[in-house]
Amino acid sequence: MKIAVCIKQVPDSWAEKKMVNGALDRENVDAVLNDLDEYAVEEALRIVEAHGGNEDGAAHSVTVISMGPARATDAVRKALSMGANGAILITDPALASADALLTSKVLAQVINSEGFDLVICGTESTDARMSVVPAMIAARLGWAQLTFAGSVDVEPAQSKVSITRVSEAGVDSMSANFPAVISVIEKINEPRYPSFKGIMAAKKKSIESRDLAAIGISAQSAWSQVIDSQLRPPRAAGVKVSDDGSGGEKLVNFLVERKLI
Amino acid sequence: MSTVFILADFVNGQASKTTTELATAAARIGEVTAVILAPVGQGATLAATLTSGPISSIIVVENADFQSHGVSASADAVSQLIAQKSPTALLVASHAFGKELAGYVAVKTDSGIITDAVDVGSDATATQVIFGGSTTVHSKVSNGTIIITVRPNCITADTSAHAASVESISLTISDSAKKATVSSSQPPLQGGRPELTEANIVVSGGRGTNGDFAAVEAFADSLGAAVGASRAATDAGWYPHSHQVGQTGKTVSPQLYVACGISGAIQHRAGMQTSKAIVVINKDPEAPIFELADFGVIGDLFAVLPVATEGVNARKS
Ligand SMILES: Cc1cc2nc3c(=O)[nH]c(=O)nc-3n(C[C@H](O)[C@H](O)[C@H](O)COP(=O)(O)OP(=O)(O)OC[C@H]3O[C@@H](n4cnc5c(N)ncnc54)[C@H](O)[C@@H]3O)c2cc1C
Repeated sequence: MKIAVCIKQVPDSWAEKKMVNGALDRENVDAVLNDLDEYAVEEALRIVEAHGGNEDGAAHSVTVISMGPARATDAVRKALSMGANGAILITDPALASADALLTSKVLAQVINSEGFDLVICGTESTDARMSVVPAMIAARLGWAQLTFAGSVDVEPAQSKVSITRVSEAGVDSMSANFPAVISVIEKINEPRYPSFKGIMAAKKKSIESRDLAAIGISAQSAWSQVIDSQLRPPRAAGVKVSDDGSGGEKLVNFLVERKLI
Repeated sequence: MSTVFILADFVNGQASKTTTELATAAARIGEVTAVILAPVGQGATLAATLTSGPISSIIVVENADFQSHGVSASADAVSQLIAQKSPTALLVASHAFGKELAGYVAVKTDSGIITDAVDVGSDATATQVIFGGSTTVHSKVSNGTIIITVRPNCITADTSAHAASVESISLTISDSAKKATVSSSQPPLQGGRPELTEANIVVSGGRGTNGDFAAVEAFADSLGAAVGASRAATDAGWYPHSHQVGQTGKTVSPQLYVACGISGAIQHRAGMQTSKAIVVINKDPEAPIFELADFGVIGDLFAVLPVATEGVNARKS
């Protein structure tokens, strides 16, 4: 079984983010592995571990694929230290302002050229929050789309994968034959912390860097443009009362004042 | 005049309020065609619930594949309809299904996509609120069909009645969109309360409830509100995941959001900070959620909520 996990380096969730020239300023914030992608890495590792593992010479492997600047190596390295076997990092100045359509095109192209059985993604990146890339990859590859998985079951001998999809529409049991694109929700597992051994091993693992020419895609202008962006005025400071028994009544008075009841 | 598609959204077999909001936004751009993707034999029933909003025509596609093959089958149908009718734009509700469908359609029709719009202008400019509510962005799609997912509860719906014509179209779903098979589906339990993303008022409980949501539910019921929960509460199994508000739950924009025993982690804020008014009950005066509060009570939710519930109920009688 060959599993690919798509990961993204994003600004730290707690960092203050700013727009510069119509795009997120990524230079001046701490960058981390998108925490929703950690669940995808973990799930890929659990799948291979349940079927004999991904040690050197084993039948299974987990490859991390990421599109990003050179410094995204740090995020890739983290996934490797969790236990992934190797990584492909697509880096090209022409991808600096790539939107979801171009990102999915690049990822799909790389996935297609490597012959994976399963692709696992997080449900969204914590920066752009679009939640469309897994569906876009499935559409581009024409593969089964098994997204928003709260559990994943793989039968490698049958080349079959089943999930429970957890979404606003309820819980669906879904299955497909390989190859399939999966996205996992954050309830699916508890991602492991890289062990010291894992961190040391990751230093020796190869991160293959490719540019657009190497994967055979030409740069393309974005399908949508930011016209402008403004800082919103901060929320006006509200009223804060200590409950001395009258807090509930004061709360109701506030609702009445605001015509909310 | 140009045509704008909206994908009609249904909750419990009824056209949702979000559908009317989509129609309202779409009518600013062009003449609205509502697309209904229905199980076989249910198209007319669903269409009959779609009574309000500035809708000029309705397209009904009935196909068993929508239920048995998931998002991609629906997305394939919408892509085919776009190829047939060449609408200027497609507006879809911004939930997990809507966003995934929009993404799939964007690839199939080589179109640009903007997600989570809180407003849409007559020139199809989309407004988004990003970076934890700190920044407003206007953007526009420049390629193909303009695809925008619109957040529920952000656009004031024009609920006037319409006299739309109904056209039935049959389609064959592509094989590549049928590779995943749905073997069973279990709809979420609504419990008689309004749908979370559509509700005018949401009352949410967090770890501070310690697993006892009775006071939160009673207050919600006094207000006719939906009940939400933080991830701490859903992870503990105190409330179903479908009620989680936040980054990995639902995004809500109600007139009033009441956070009870919730600290205000950034991932929780991501799902509620576009609420119009925010009320907080928390016993820790330093809880970060107070930064968002229009009205905050420093206190024990088990003491404050019953008094507030009684106060609201007293005003009704
Ligand atoms: C990848 C990822 C995704 C996440 N997605 C989400 C998400 O979608 N939604 C979400 O909510 N979180 C999400 N989180 C979790 C988030 O970081 C917080 O852990 C979570 O929101 C905390 O929930 P809480 O506020 O209920 O609990 P806590 O942070 O423990 O806060 C409980 C609060 O209750 C107060 N309290 C206790 N007892 C009482 C009482 N009797 N009366 C009044 N107040 C009381 C305390 O003072 C405290 O402020 C995510 C985290 C990660 C890493």
